[in-house]
Amino acid sequence: MLFVLLRIRDEIDGTLSFRSSCRSAVCGSCVMVINGKIDLACRTQVASFGTNTIILEPLPNFEIIKDLVVDMTPFWNMYEKIRPYLIRKSPAPEKEIKQSEEERRRIDQFVNCILCACCYGACPVLARNPDYLGPAAMAKLERFILDSRDERPHSVLDEINNENGVWGCDTVFRCIDACPKDVRPTDSIVGLRKAILKKKLFGKYK
Amino acid sequence: MLSHDIVIVGGGLAGLRAAVGLCEKYDVAILSKVHPIRSHSIAAQGGINASLANHPEGKDDSWEKHTFDTIKGSDYLADQHAVEIMCRQAPIIVYEMEHWGCPFSRFEDGSIAQRPFGGAGYPRTCYSADITGHVLLNTLYERAVSKGVKVYSEWYAIALVIDNGQCHGIIAFDLINGKIFPIKSKVTVFATGGYGRVYQYSTNALINTGSGIGIAYKAGVPIKDMEFVQFHPTGLIGTNILITEACRGEGGYLINNKNERFMEKYAPKAMELAPRDIVSRSIQTEIEEGRGFDHPLGKYIKLDLRHLGAQKIMEKLPGIRKICIDFIGIDPIYELIPIMPCQHYSMGGIDTNEKTETEIKGFYAAGECACVSVHGANRLGGNSLLDTIVFGKLSAIAIDEYLSGNNVNPEERPLNAKLNDVETNIKKIANNTGERPFSILSDLSKNMSANVGIFRKKDELALALEKIMEIKERYKNVHVSSTSLHMNYELLNAIELGYMIEVAHTIAIGAYLREESRGAHFRRDFSIRNDENWLKHTIARLGADGTPEISFKEVVITRYQPMERKY
Ligand SMILES: Cc1cc2nc3c(=O)[nH]c(=O)nc-3n(C[C@H](O)[C@H](O)[C@H](O)COP(=O)(O)OP(=O)(O)OC[C@H]3O[C@@H](n4cnc5c(N)ncnc54)[C@H](O)[C@@H]3O)c2cc1C
Repeated sequence: MLFVLLRIRDEIDGTLSFRSSCRSAVCGSCVMVINGKIDLACRTQVASFGTNTIILEPLPNFEIIKDLVVDMTPFWNMYEKIRPYLIRKSPAPEKEIKQSEEERRRIDQFVNCILCACCYGACPVLARNPDYLGPAAMAKLERFILDSRDERPHSVLDEINNENGVWGCDTVFRCIDACPKDVRPTDSIVGLRKAILKKKLFGKYK
Repeated sequence: MLSHDIVIVGGGLAGLRAAVGLCEKYDVAILSKVHPIRSHSIAAQGGINASLANHPEGKDDSWEKHTFDTIKGSDYLADQHAVEIMCRQAPIIVYEMEHWGCPFSRFEDGSIAQRPFGGAGYPRTCYSADITGHVLLNTLYERAVSKGVKVYSEWYAIALVIDNGQCHGIIAFDLINGKIFPIKSKVTVFATGGYGRVYQYSTNALINTGSGIGIAYKAGVPIKDMEFVQFHPTGLIGTNILITEACRGEGGYLINNKNERFMEKYAPKAMELAPRDIVSRSIQTEIEEGRGFDHPLGKYIKLDLRHLGAQKIMEKLPGIRKICIDFIGIDPIYELIPIMPCQHYSMGGIDTNEKTETEIKGFYAAGECACVSVHGANRLGGNSLLDTIVFGKLSAIAIDEYLSGNNVNPEERPLNAKLNDVETNIKKIANNTGERPFSILSDLSKNMSANVGIFRKKDELALALEKIMEIKERYKNVHVSSTSLHMNYELLNAIELGYMIEVAHTIAIGAYLREESRGAHFRRDFSIRNDENWLKHTIARLGADGTPEISFKEVVITRYQPMERKY
């Protein structure tokens, strides 16, 4: 699909706007709605539709800047809100902080997120409540909460213990369907809900 | 006028690492034509080299051995003192990235996992499955977010402003709002990545136009060793998406149409894990001598992973499997992968020293757009990610030294003058009546792949240069459909194309002049290395007539005397 778009811009309509970069489904630039399905244009094979007409739309839940380019600012704001980085209190060792293979595997699916915002576009909650954190930000938070090396204060869970956080999710799994990298953001939301309950019952989530 | 202490152009690994090192003390801004997370570093798959000695077969690895492998791999064109610095820094920066949260794959004992890679005597490539660039770039971006680094996202640096031997800042193009601004800065850093798109067949992202190198060159900054272009042995046919060297590191075979592991003939000891220049030439030779396979998309060789088994493929190479399934409908657990050599990496770039300084005061460069040189004539796999982070970090240290010791006063006058030139040029493009950019780019990149490729020859290189001169003429009339500055990607393509032609010119002229074969530069008419005449770097600067003026520079040799390269 991406190569069709590039050809259209090159040879037919030079004013057509869409984002693109890696053309190998890792950079997350070329997300759009293709025949009703949210996906990366680069990995969508046009031949698979078997038709001469394909309908392209910009990603929902965002303001349109031009053609297929949307303003991703709200997505990045939610991402920054959850403090998307490793937080440590212990002093750093001389070499690596040890982590077992099993501990590393636990964060695997969330590490795979490419921040393309397919899930954000697919989320029905965001369509009615723009203050909702959204699936990608919660998957990122879970990636750090589950990381054996992370030592963020327990109070971070209080910030998402509400309708704009984990309790806002309708659990209709649209985000899972939309993810081009097989990440399951709903798993992270359920995981965070469990952490909140654990903290309530036992005073700590890990 | 917009102004910062330091403007860093490029939000890939090199740019982010430089910013993280400077932002606590200075007013720093990153400017990137795509959101930093979309930078091409994200696509790196295989890993990053550091002599951690975690691997059971690598217990006596050391930074000295890493240095030797890198210098030998470079075919002795690397500056040895710089390689020493990089290899000493390697474990330090890998641990630092780990402490900042980078999720490396692990060995059973909980240490960072390492795998064998081409041209290395020990398994020293640290990795995270086959998404190492993704985890490194995410970690550095996370670090930048935690420190509140200012980012101008989707802003394009259109020109570099140099006056009186000093850099005063850049002219920047805000792509979304369609406005052009001068940005004044005491220091400007270029971390703009590679130029893969100058070639027809490349593993690089569509944004890898090399315009940073072209912008610096046009502003009078010397560039170095441009003829050394790395061709990766294994690009997927059709899309040319990279199939990582880790496939061979994990044990994959290369197979010709006689069902032979042909690397036996070319590198009997290292086999598939010989350095990239050697493996790419071997594949190309097999294809040219009729032992390849035919496909409407081109001739190819097969990469066989089947014997690794489903579990190893799913655990160590899941991204590769997904690429194969998504893009050509092949599952490497059961089928062989059709691959061909493709342009992959630029060893050359903006001429810097080991502190990332250029000839111009206040102008620095790091990462793939720079040439220190640590890769010489051929880069080893896993050494480029290392280069970006090490020299990103060292640029921050050098810049701090420079700003602490000097009273630097950039001026607005040269910035305003340049702004005027840029605006005039854009108006001209809008009013032209010639060709649109795509057809010119298509001819340029075909010319480079056909005539300045893996195997080179005098008459073909002369032809390449002739065509580039024609293309330059055509470019003078380049035309775009709309004069709007708002979200006008065609206009951006037209501007970038001008720089790409300059980059191509310096590659072709360097290749034409260098009458020897060294690393990735192979001349059929001069098929051996000639240390007596050519153990030197090529320097290109913009000449008065608009063509590159070539000179040469000594290679720094510390303790490794050039030897024949055997694998
Ligand atoms: C597919 C692939 C796989 C690879 N795998 C490995 C590997 O496993 N190990 C390894 O060591 N190396 C690998 N490499 C090489 C390595 O990934 C790159 O050399 C490295 O990531 C380059 O990083 P960088 O920071 O220099 O540039 P990039 O990450 O390319 O970033 C360049 C930045 O500059 C910006 N930019 C460019 N020009 C302008 C401009 N004019 N104005 C504004 N912004 C601009 C871009 O937006 C971007 O943010 C691989 C390369 C490819 C192509």
